Amino acid sequence: MADSSITRVDVLAKALGKAKYTDDLKFDNMLYLKVVRCPHPHARVIGINKEKALAIEGVVAVLTATDIPGLPCQPKERPILVPEIARYAGDGVALVVAESPKAALEGAEAVRVEYELLEAVFDPEEALKTGAPLVHGDNNVAAQSKVCKGDVEAGFKEADLILEREYNTHRVEHAPIEPEVAIAVPTFEGITVYCPTNSPFQVRQIVAETMAMPQSQIRLFQPTIGGSFGSKCYDAGVLASRAALAAKLTGRPCKIVYTREESIVESTKRHPYKMKYKVGVKKNGKLTAMEVKIIGDSGAYKSKTPFVISRSSIEATGPYVVPNVHTEAICVYTNNVTSCAMRGFGSPQVAYASELLMDELAEKLGIDPLKFRRINGLKDNSLSATGQVMQNVTLDECLDKLEQEIKWSSRKAELKQQDKTGSIVKGLGLACMYRGESFGSAGQGSDYAGATLQVQRDGSITLYSAMSEVGQGGHTMLVRVVSEVLGIKPSRIFVSPVDTCYVPDSGPTVATRGTYVIGNAIRLAAEEVKAKFAEVAAEELGVRPEELVFKDERIYCPGDPSKSISFSRIAAQCYLKSKSPYGYGWWSPPVGSWDREKGQGEAYSSYVYGACAAEVELDLDLGKVEVMKFVAVHDVGKALDKEEVKGQIAGGVSMGIGYALMEDLVVRQGVVKTVNFDEYLLPTSLDIHEIIPVIVEQPSSYGPLGAKGLGEPVMSAVAPAILNAIADALGTRVYDLPANLEAVLDKARAAKGRCCND
Amino acid sequence: MPELKICFNLNGREVTVMAPPDMTLLELLREKLDLTGTKKGCEIGECGACTVIINKKAVNSCMVLVPQVEGTEVITVEGLSQNGELDSLQQSFIKNHAIQCGFCTPGMLMSAKALLMNNPNPTKEEIKEAISGNLCRCTGYIQIIKAIASASK
Repeated sequence: MADSSITRVDVLAKALGKAKYTDDLKFDNMLYLKVVRCPHPHARVIGINKEKALAIEGVVAVLTATDIPGLPCQPKERPILVPEIARYAGDGVALVVAESPKAALEGAEAVRVEYELLEAVFDPEEALKTGAPLVHGDNNVAAQSKVCKGDVEAGFKEADLILEREYNTHRVEHAPIEPEVAIAVPTFEGITVYCPTNSPFQVRQIVAETMAMPQSQIRLFQPTIGGSFGSKCYDAGVLASRAALAAKLTGRPCKIVYTREESIVESTKRHPYKMKYKVGVKKNGKLTAMEVKIIGDSGAYKSKTPFVISRSSIEATGPYVVPNVHTEAICVYTNNVTSCAMRGFGSPQVAYASELLMDELAEKLGIDPLKFRRINGLKDNSLSATGQVMQNVTLDECLDKLEQEIKWSSRKAELKQQDKTGSIVKGLGLACMYRGESFGSAGQGSDYAGATLQVQRDGSITLYSAMSEVGQGGHTMLVRVVSEVLGIKPSRIFVSPVDTCYVPDSGPTVATRGTYVIGNAIRLAAEEVKAKFAEVAAEELGVRPEELVFKDERIYCPGDPSKSISFSRIAAQCYLKSKSPYGYGWWSPPVGSWDREKGQGEAYSSYVYGACAAEVELDLDLGKVEVMKFVAVHDVGKALDKEEVKGQIAGGVSMGIGYALMEDLVVRQGVVKTVNFDEYLLPTSLDIHEIIPVIVEQPSSYGPLGAKGLGEPVMSAVAPAILNAIADALGTRVYDLPANLEAVLDKARAAKGRCCND
Repeated sequence: MPELKICFNLNGREVTVMAPPDMTLLELLREKLDLTGTKKGCEIGECGACTVIINKKAVNSCMVLVPQVEGTEVITVEGLSQNGELDSLQQSFIKNHAIQCGFCTPGMLMSAKALLMNNPNPTKEEIKEAISGNLCRCTGYIQIIKAIASASK
């Protein structure tokens, strides 16, 4: 059923309902798992009585931490099953293995666990106090990060205006529509795990550590993934390990699939932050100094907290020139659900705070907020907060396009004239963003990718990498890069599923590194093949290899039509002449100097920029905010597929609307209260109005074909643009997220001087 | 629980199955009939990933018990393409980049199909209303709405 209009390699199977997601897979003799979770935020497991559960028909085994042959977890990480102390209401204590999902559920309900309740702590500031209950070790500090440049006190002395503000961002759920799932199948050699994860090699490592088996004996196969947004990393490792444990001990295939409630109770979330900003500015609008204190809630375990907080501290000032900076960020253990990576990875929180701050400064100085961004915005050769000399800065281009698209000045003027006596008021707001691509020099994890390319005898191509197709079009990106380098039609290029047995380790598909790092690895692999094929073709055609061009499935001399041969012919020749038709690429981004003490240096080798504007309609009687128009301008380096870029932008805007206005994971005394989509509200089609994506293309110095990452950046500026628009409409500000009905109504009433009881 | 005999029309064919009366249509499709295109996302009728068409109406199959489908006509995503030809909605979803992770896609297609069965020329607002029970976390809905509008032309 080939369709010539197909632009993405994965979508035909998805449109037909034939794409196989993990829960769609079945194996003979398969068992089903259910987790028994600790309902208390902090407790010691005294005893586990399995008897009643084992008496239930169909229950095969009840497993606990003592059944784990290897490590239940690395220090301060979430255990596969709790050995002794449960640190949040959701920690897994036992695993029921049964012949059917129903028997597993009944078994889980019948397991009796005796707990000694321990004192718990839920507020990060409380957790830092002397005498606070300890979640891990001898203090609750999960990670710290600093950025110190110049002398902030001197900077504040130079300032004509000093503003101090506090911003709070909340905990939100990734909520991919596919819940967590894993299947483990025991094999003679080891264990094969089927699991939707965007960190296949990390998940394999966790399984190997749990099972005390060599990593090479664990095979991780990635079926189609139903979205991740950062959630299917460590969480997937926990599920995969639980399935592997049960499979190894029973000798049968084991499936673990979460209900939405289990997913929301157990899985990691976005870090909630409290951010205190003090900023100095001159009358002419120039920033002089910024002091930032961030305290984040890591929840019960470490996870990616050190990397998230490091990025937040680096990006805390926003994309602006601030001569004197002092940022201190700390993340703290509590007995709340664990925080981890989520789309944006520490960027959206600080983008929120710094952009609200910029707007308020502009307002206080009587400077147009867009102009204020131009005055302070990074430009080529500006020094960033970490003292990096910035290059290829496209903030001004983004602002230019934004200004044109939304007709900033005239629309502002029109809205100023609006009749505000009715119940609906309108407002226009903007926000900027920048973001370092990939992990960066601050050491947010080792940063590399391998990729292999094989040309088959018929000239068709197979690509092998660990690029995880989470819906972002990552596989199609690889195909486009190879197609461009080798001049081969995309339909002749096949992307192998991710199987750790065969594909090179490309690191995880996170942190805006898919296109940037894995894309470069596949580019190098394609270039290696190109060089090899050019040699073979040159010999056939009697020319020099460097004279040859690869295009339209042919290899030829542009100046001489007689010197031309098909790509597939050369592929066949390689096999005939016993020459390698393989290419292999290994790439890691350049690493700059980094002073960890001061947080100074070349934080990232490449940055992306964006500028967004939101126009809102606000119902003063209901507190309801509708984002009527959202313009999102992003520098994507080079758009490998403009429509896909637009899809990424719209998806990020939608998630940002949820972050700004409605999503809120409510946790009381460590217990998650919003456990399904009737209480945890995601944006629906009715919440989305006009989204206008605008693409800026300033080719990246390093990205494949000049492309830059996009999936995460598109999230950052959405909430602050909306909140700035709300402030424009109301004439007063909401500082804390979410700006839900209650928060907005409170402000609206205060602004209107209405009675609170009406 | 004793199993019941249920007869209904599934994707144009009469089927007879034995199933316990407390089984949902979603489970029946996925577990007994191996039609795994219909997805499970929340099991409380909020996410729409399990949407199928019953008697020309889009329904969350996680909220339907098997006895309720007796004698009805059910269409799932597997029944959309006919004789190897993609349905115009499937074509339009592909052409308009309306698919990212794809997990909401089957449900989204079925809500759209039910809409077009009853209203071949819907307005943009009617399209948005028709898919308002189908959550998509990837696309921001814009290209899905465009795809449905373009298939209805």
